[in-house]
Amino acid sequence: MKKITKSELIEVLSGKLDHLPGKDVELAVKTILENMSNSLADGRRIEIRGFGSFSLHYRPPRMGRNPKTGDPVALSGKYVPHFKPGKDLRERVNEGFQRERETTPKHRTA
Amino acid sequence: MALTKAELAESLFEELGLNKREAKELVDLFFEEIKDALADGTQVKLSGFGNFDLRDKNERPGRNPKTGEEIPISARRVVTFRPGQKLKTRVEAYAGTREQ
Repeated sequence: MKKITKSELIEVLSGKLDHLPGKDVELAVKTILENMSNSLADGRRIEIRGFGSFSLHYRPPRMGRNPKTGDPVALSGKYVPHFKPGKDLRERVNEGFQRERETTPKHRTA
Repeated sequence: MALTKAELAESLFEELGLNKREAKELVDLFFEEIKDALADGTQVKLSGFGNFDLRDKNERPGRNPKTGEEIPISARRVVTFRPGQKLKTRVEAYAGTREQ
């Protein structure tokens, strides 16, 4: 699958925001992600219209096993980050998929 | 209150000294670029935060929950988010202070 990394994303953004120094764009992206992580670490939701929302889901305590010895271990309850895509993101991703399926028959799944 | 784009832009203004218009433009474009990549079938990997992955789903049988009528759920592509280790660890730490 095609992929893009944080540093590539920073390059693309810098290209589009050529009135800003590249260093500022890099710092801004890092600041955005840091603020998002801080918010979730504080148990606070993130809501980005058209993109989606991030929240925490609770995982109750359970008995696990030490994979090496097979001994049972008690695992405490914890929170995990959860992302729910927004309507615009869902639709755009799916439109892209339908276009691919029309142009490349091997992608047909139905 | 949830964290929003307006607050993210405000922090770029306060912490980095970007002017308000630039800060808003940057935050908008950041999410727009991620959306463009995903719409184009490209996985987005943000180290330290997490990965936005794409999964293709086959058509499957479904039901109208109101009428009980059977209707197929069409083949589609969905976005999933896999948090990175750093984010997972930070979020778990929050759970620790709450649950114990």
